[in-house]
Amino acid sequence: MSPCPLRLLGLATLAAAALTLGCKPKDAADGTPASTTIQNKGSDTMVNVAQVWAEEYKKAHPTVDVEVSGGGTGVGIAALIRGTIDIATASRNMKAEEIAQAVKNTGKNPKEIIVGYDALAVYVHKDNPLEEISTEQLSAIYEEGGTVSKWSELGITLPSGQDEIVRVSRQSSSGTYEFFREHVLHKRDFKLGSRDMNGSKEVVELVGTTVSAIGYSGMGYHDPRHVKMLKVRTHPDRPAIAPCVATTIAHEYPIARSLLLYTLGEPQGELKAYIEWILSPAGQHIVEQSGYVPVPPAK
Amino acid sequence: MNADAQTRFTETPRVRRKLRQEALAQWIFATMAAAMIVPLLLIVGYLVVRAAPSLSLEFILDVPRRGMTDGGIWPALIGTIYLVFLSLAVSAPVGILAAVYLNEYAQDNWFNRLINLAVINLAGVPSIVHALFGLGAFVYAARFGYSIIAASLTLAIMTLPVIIASTREALASVPRPFREACWNVGATRWQTIRAVVLPNSVSGILTGVILQVSRAAGETAPVMFTGAVFFKAVQRGDLLPYYLDEQCMALSMHLYTISTQVPGVKESIPFATAVVLLGLVLTVNAAAIALRVRLRSRKKW
Amino acid sequence: MEPTRPDSGHFPVRAARRARWAVAGERALELFIRLCGYSAIVFVLGIFLFVFKEALPILTKEEFTLGEFLFSDQWYPTSELNKRYGVLAMIAGTFSVTALAMVIAVPFGLGAAIYLSEFCPPKLKETLKIVIELLAAIPSVVWGFIGLTVMSKLITQYTGAPVGVNILNGGIILALMSVPIIVSIGEDALKAVPDSYREAGIALGTTKWQLVFRVLLPAAKNGLLAAVLLGVGRGVGETMAVLMATGHAVHIPGGILDSVRTLTANIAAELGEAPAGSDHYRVLFLTGVLLFTLTFVVNLVADLVVRGIRKK
Repeated sequence: MSPCPLRLLGLATLAAAALTLGCKPKDAADGTPASTTIQNKGSDTMVNVAQVWAEEYKKAHPTVDVEVSGGGTGVGIAALIRGTIDIATASRNMKAEEIAQAVKNTGKNPKEIIVGYDALAVYVHKDNPLEEISTEQLSAIYEEGGTVSKWSELGITLPSGQDEIVRVSRQSSSGTYEFFREHVLHKRDFKLGSRDMNGSKEVVELVGTTVSAIGYSGMGYHDPRHVKMLKVRTHPDRPAIAPCVATTIAHEYPIARSLLLYTLGEPQGELKAYIEWILSPAGQHIVEQSGYVPVPPAK
Repeated sequence: MNADAQTRFTETPRVRRKLRQEALAQWIFATMAAAMIVPLLLIVGYLVVRAAPSLSLEFILDVPRRGMTDGGIWPALIGTIYLVFLSLAVSAPVGILAAVYLNEYAQDNWFNRLINLAVINLAGVPSIVHALFGLGAFVYAARFGYSIIAASLTLAIMTLPVIIASTREALASVPRPFREACWNVGATRWQTIRAVVLPNSVSGILTGVILQVSRAAGETAPVMFTGAVFFKAVQRGDLLPYYLDEQCMALSMHLYTISTQVPGVKESIPFATAVVLLGLVLTVNAAAIALRVRLRSRKKW
Repeated sequence: MEPTRPDSGHFPVRAARRARWAVAGERALELFIRLCGYSAIVFVLGIFLFVFKEALPILTKEEFTLGEFLFSDQWYPTSELNKRYGVLAMIAGTFSVTALAMVIAVPFGLGAAIYLSEFCPPKLKETLKIVIELLAAIPSVVWGFIGLTVMSKLITQYTGAPVGVNILNGGIILALMSVPIIVSIGEDALKAVPDSYREAGIALGTTKWQLVFRVLLPAAKNGLLAAVLLGVGRGVGETMAVLMATGHAVHIPGGILDSVRTLTANIAAELGEAPAGSDHYRVLFLTGVLLFTLTFVVNLVADLVVRGIRKK
């Protein structure tokens, strides 16, 4: 056998190295204008809308690359504090100590921009006869020491005959989880043993395939073929409110939150243009299409 | 005598029972073997059938569209290729030379036994622990940030044992007299390795490299926390869309995200992505196997 | 084999004189080869030390005790009232899924290994070995996807379980993933049994059953044990497949249709969201140390068992 394959192997490795190293320099010498990269990381709730923004913006501004990662609000804010990204998407407000840390680390004040609203809907399977639920019932189902664990305790008989409530939740420290804990459970902890899904979509899908399940997730994930959104009642005397654009804007629906972007200091240059585009009708149209509530135009 | 032999070898009920038992044993064990393979073929068949509406060249070349609910997988595929080749560029030389050391230089002492043990354990370290290491060492400590470099280095370390093991096997299959003949004409160890050992084992080494490619392409956990990104806007068919200090999409992670995170994905798309990933890995593996089979049949010693 | 190098073709009577740079270059190269050889140790130690170093600060914290970490099933890493870091439920999850996987994979894997080594015609054997090798190459995320889409539907349909992602699902997926290892190592172990054993058995008039159970299995038991241990190692360390297929519920399971969370899946699910340097982040690294130690011990024992055979 000749040593030729050996050389080939060496060449292949070199070529691989050259190929990958060769494309490293940021502005290629072929005269194309240097491109800008905007790094965007954070909330899983917003990752899809952020992704469509990136996709559409690239069409209008080919030289601007937007990288989108999910991972959760916590990780986005943590990365912003370390200064490794340009935009953190967040489905909850930055905590005071996080802001202090960011100022300490980077010397810049995080700027908060509201880009939309999201109603956190409570989902059940479409065959579940339940139509509305009160926040007390929700916390009795979900919180640590909560007493409700069977559908019959809510006065419901499921068509499938199962009685055990299958609780579907999110992994701890997702923005959705924290928001639900703060506003529905009033900071008390969750009961262990819920199915903690890694994505908002997984929650809705699991509820859609499990008749005895209940779960919470962004309104944008609604899939009427499999699941149903419950009306939520905060007080026995007040009517139960269905999650929708109008009730969210009017602050009637109780479990709604702002969708936020955080940047370090006032956004500049391409970043500023990108954020302005997000707040423009084109960007806001995407918010609405993704199932969230756009920011009402300023008067 | 003849009659005697006949009575001795006629089928008594006992012999028949024994033969029946034997046939039964063969049948049972064959069923057990089949029980693992048949469901798998059924599952792969099912995946392909479900994927069929989306499977086309267009699917591979196109970028994800309409919020990743439509379109193709180009940026993820190219990102996987980036990660695989960059990790290969690191782990192939190191792994091959490590195997050369272990097979050609190392004496059988406690230290080298320790190295062997380390190789075995490196192969057994859970992929998520590699991810922890990559995050702590490359992303934070080495300050690469979330980037293709950090992800590839993590992958490189993870796949190192694959390449070491198969290279060693290839080197060990070169008969010792070959080396002795070369030493006897006055060649040094390295000259012997270069002139005799490596040329005779190159196909085996290549097999290991190919296996490494397939392993690296399929890994998800290590790249998820070190450099793979949910989405990045890339032009359709762009061959060099990423810089090494940026993050990229990866096919394995893309499959994970579209099947767990993105709502309203066209039904066949996750299946098609799984089929493409599976096809990629299996094709690469089959190539390695074919190479090995050919090599075995050509060996003259 | 022809001599391919001209420089090895001449044999002067005196020692060949080589250019000094060539000698030095060779020295340097051999040093480099040696370093590469050591790299595996460096990486293993590096992985352990790095993961341990990241986890260390939590061990020195007063409100954290190792006992609580290992023996409490309260996992509230982000609680605002009372943070608790107990991974017992995850340990139970890992063990239940792995145990179920082994219950399925060991008989089938060993049965297949026996079939391959004792019954199978050689042509078919080659084909089957290739298929098994390909089976081993399927990426774990694809297995997870199969669990999430195909298997979970089958499970809800046939068992009446409310949720299809559970121990049974993860166990079946993990079994299919670890079978190739068990088959290939088990087959090696059976092949290592000398043919004289088989011949002696056949000469005594044993049936194949007797041969397998009375002769081969006892003779190959160490190798088979190693095969099973490596399968266990694979099961404990598997991440993506169990992340997608086991359903993620933090509690000690009561039956195989319960959802559980494994140690690996817990890291994979929460690592991305734990701010670097926080207690939560450090506890996840500590879980990594635990996993590393577990798989290290399993692999070490398997290696010792295999080495035991070789010595014989």
